Amino acid sequence: MEIFPHKTSIDFVGISWIAYLLTGLMFVASTISLATQGMHMGIDFAGGTLIQLRFQAPPALQDIRTTMVGLGLGDVVIQEFGTREEIILRVQKQTGDDGKPGELAAKIIKALEPLVGKDPIELRRVEFVGPQVGAELEQKGFLAMLYSIGAILIYVAWRFELRFAYGAVIALAHDAYCSMGLLSILQKEFTLTIVAAVLTIVGYSINDTIVIYDRIREEMRRNKKSSLAEVINIAINRTLSRTVITSGTVVMVLLALLLFGGEVIHDFALVLLFGIIVGTYSSIFVASPIVLFFEKKRSDHTKTAPKEEVAS
Amino acid sequence: MKPLPLWKPVTVFVVALFSLLYAAPSMMGGVPSWWPSWLPQLVIARGLDLQGGLYLLLHVEVDKAVEQAAENMVDDVRGVMRNAKLRYRGVEHSGKEEVSVKLSQPDEMTQARKVLATEIPHAVITEDPDHTTLKLTINPKDQKEMRNFAVEQSIQTIRSRIDQFGVAEPTIQKQGEDRILVQLPGLKDSSRAKALIGRTARLEFKVVDEKGDLAAALEGRVPAGDIVLYGEQTDKKTKKANRQPYLLKKRTVLSGELLTDARVNFDSQYNEPYVSITFNSQGARKFSQLTAEHVNERMAIVLDNTVYSAPVIRERIDGGRAQISGSFTAEEAHDLAIILRAGALPAPVTIMEERTVGPTLGRDSIEHGITAALVGSLLVLAFMGIYYRAVGWLANLAVALNIVILLAILAWIQATLTLPGIAGMVLLVGMSVDANVLVNERIREELRTGKPPLLAIDLGYDTAFITILDSHITTLITALILFQFGTGPVKGFAVSLAIGLVASMFTAIFVTRVVLAMVLKNRRIKSLSI
Repeated sequence: MEIFPHKTSIDFVGISWIAYLLTGLMFVASTISLATQGMHMGIDFAGGTLIQLRFQAPPALQDIRTTMVGLGLGDVVIQEFGTREEIILRVQKQTGDDGKPGELAAKIIKALEPLVGKDPIELRRVEFVGPQVGAELEQKGFLAMLYSIGAILIYVAWRFELRFAYGAVIALAHDAYCSMGLLSILQKEFTLTIVAAVLTIVGYSINDTIVIYDRIREEMRRNKKSSLAEVINIAINRTLSRTVITSGTVVMVLLALLLFGGEVIHDFALVLLFGIIVGTYSSIFVASPIVLFFEKKRSDHTKTAPKEEVAS
Repeated sequence: MKPLPLWKPVTVFVVALFSLLYAAPSMMGGVPSWWPSWLPQLVIARGLDLQGGLYLLLHVEVDKAVEQAAENMVDDVRGVMRNAKLRYRGVEHSGKEEVSVKLSQPDEMTQARKVLATEIPHAVITEDPDHTTLKLTINPKDQKEMRNFAVEQSIQTIRSRIDQFGVAEPTIQKQGEDRILVQLPGLKDSSRAKALIGRTARLEFKVVDEKGDLAAALEGRVPAGDIVLYGEQTDKKTKKANRQPYLLKKRTVLSGELLTDARVNFDSQYNEPYVSITFNSQGARKFSQLTAEHVNERMAIVLDNTVYSAPVIRERIDGGRAQISGSFTAEEAHDLAIILRAGALPAPVTIMEERTVGPTLGRDSIEHGITAALVGSLLVLAFMGIYYRAVGWLANLAVALNIVILLAILAWIQATLTLPGIAGMVLLVGMSVDANVLVNERIREELRTGKPPLLAIDLGYDTAFITILDSHITTLITALILFQFGTGPVKGFAVSLAIGLVASMFTAIFVTRVVLAMVLKNRRIKSLSI
């Protein structure tokens, strides 16, 4: 069975203006959203307390809100989580008013009990992150991103050439940025798990880019007379069915995770799904044209032969 | 086709066998009774997010331990001065880690300095410009030791409290310089555990200053050497908390360090729980002496700066027993007894990070995770089988082996499986398919150029090898960085991904090729089911 005819010959380099348009659009949308509404920082980074409760019957959010205002906890965000029985409360204030740690959840449950009569309220989850830890986690997440990009830059420059490394890094920075943009647009909570998702996107995107680069390198050696643009077109076309099949299977798996993985993993799967699609797109339409761009920038038109592979 | 050396199929067989044996207990959700004892018994532990439990990151306020040491130095200094017959106007805890001594006779300065330096070796002594005051600070090396000791001691105390409370398989680790990580899997009542862990439990006996003016002290005019502390009583009928102030002598006459035991008892009259404490011989002697000195005065029992009770001493008490009463519930009294037995924390601890997952949420997460993993894997397997036919099923075999190897290694290194870890596995299925797709697409390409099947297979594997290597290594780089920087669940994800990537290289490049070679051995095939 085959999805693609043996030899596609789509002029990817020629239609790259579509890509510039699309990339530009995503970039602008992400930037506007990030600048105006910013990221919705979860308690992992912003600090605060998250409490997940399960009621026997759907509670009235308005009543919960009124009760919370009565407790004087400052800003409390209340929302349903997955089902109508399940509620998440986010409290900015760090501890109970007597300064004793960890009694907030018990206090809130106690205050809510009159609302539900005899039915018990189940405490499903409590997460508390102090401001210091939040700041540290933010720094760690940022560093992780930076180090990944740095390490990949070095590896690709070593295995290929520097201009390939630029292309790869710009492509994955593009993917990470667009994923953040999506999170900002949808106002999904930015948590540690989401950082893991974004880093995985970086990992997947580089995987995809390398496969195409590898083919470009191979075709460069095979077609010494062709221009780089032609070589890139050949390489992308030759790997196209692989690119689509691989991304397709990963997307299948992520859809399963999104639909059956439960509420806790939902946003994680959503970001990954978006990122994998964008990552596949960027390998073809961002990473490869950039190699061409750096080729054109070279003032001397002497073509340097690509490095020989180390192992074979 | 290249000849197949014997070690290759043997390696595949041995790896597959061992992986299956190591993965089996985890795949069956525990070691079944019929499983022979000579086979691997290790099971992958489930993370707190899957089985429920409490994760706490505590900060030990180590500076407070140093401060406390400086405060204790005040008594030492007084004793040394008295023994050396040097007169002083005052000794006070004047700064965080500093004690100052004001001498009556400035000409005794040199002698005082000499005596203090020999008797209190852990202090650095400086002289004030006014030539009447000496300042003692704890020297930096000892301060550092005190800080370290405070953390180590806290870990021990917390461990002993948790052990007495009864939690299966707790983890208590030092993190960084002054942090402690506590993980209690499968815990039900997290707020009770937190109260048990986080309480300093500094038990002190202080004499009530009966002559002092409490009203004046409450307005801010606290007599020298005194302190105002509060007691909390809950009214049985109105259930209102009542704060009652006490004017106490600052000096702690007896502390909880001299305890040997603490037990819960019940008041015979009202059936109310109280905690009875027993002192060691030194404590008992001190207690008897104290009660003799302060007959008809009140003695306050202070726990973490809260007055629990302040009974009047009727007569000298021998035998070294005392009781702490308050309006406790039986549970509170039980936990207080545990805390007192385990001893006080050398410094207060604060909770920096807490994650509690209820047992039902953990169970739901596992169910969801497994459903997603099954559905996702089946979709991919079905697709590969249809798209690449026979070779596709070979790839499926490789992916399945990949998961088995991953589970086996996770069990073997005793890793913890978290929800993101399951997600990592699901993603891995997708990515390990990729290595096989790369190979198969290459073989197809070679076949299209008219090469015979066996040659096409060899060429396909050879050319795909470099691509698979490069693409896996770059992804591995991000997985390793994720592991380095991530905490808890994120680490679990990184571990699954990294091990899986290495296993994927092995199965896609090596295993499938060996199996293919074994199947096609000595056959002259004209076409390939791909």
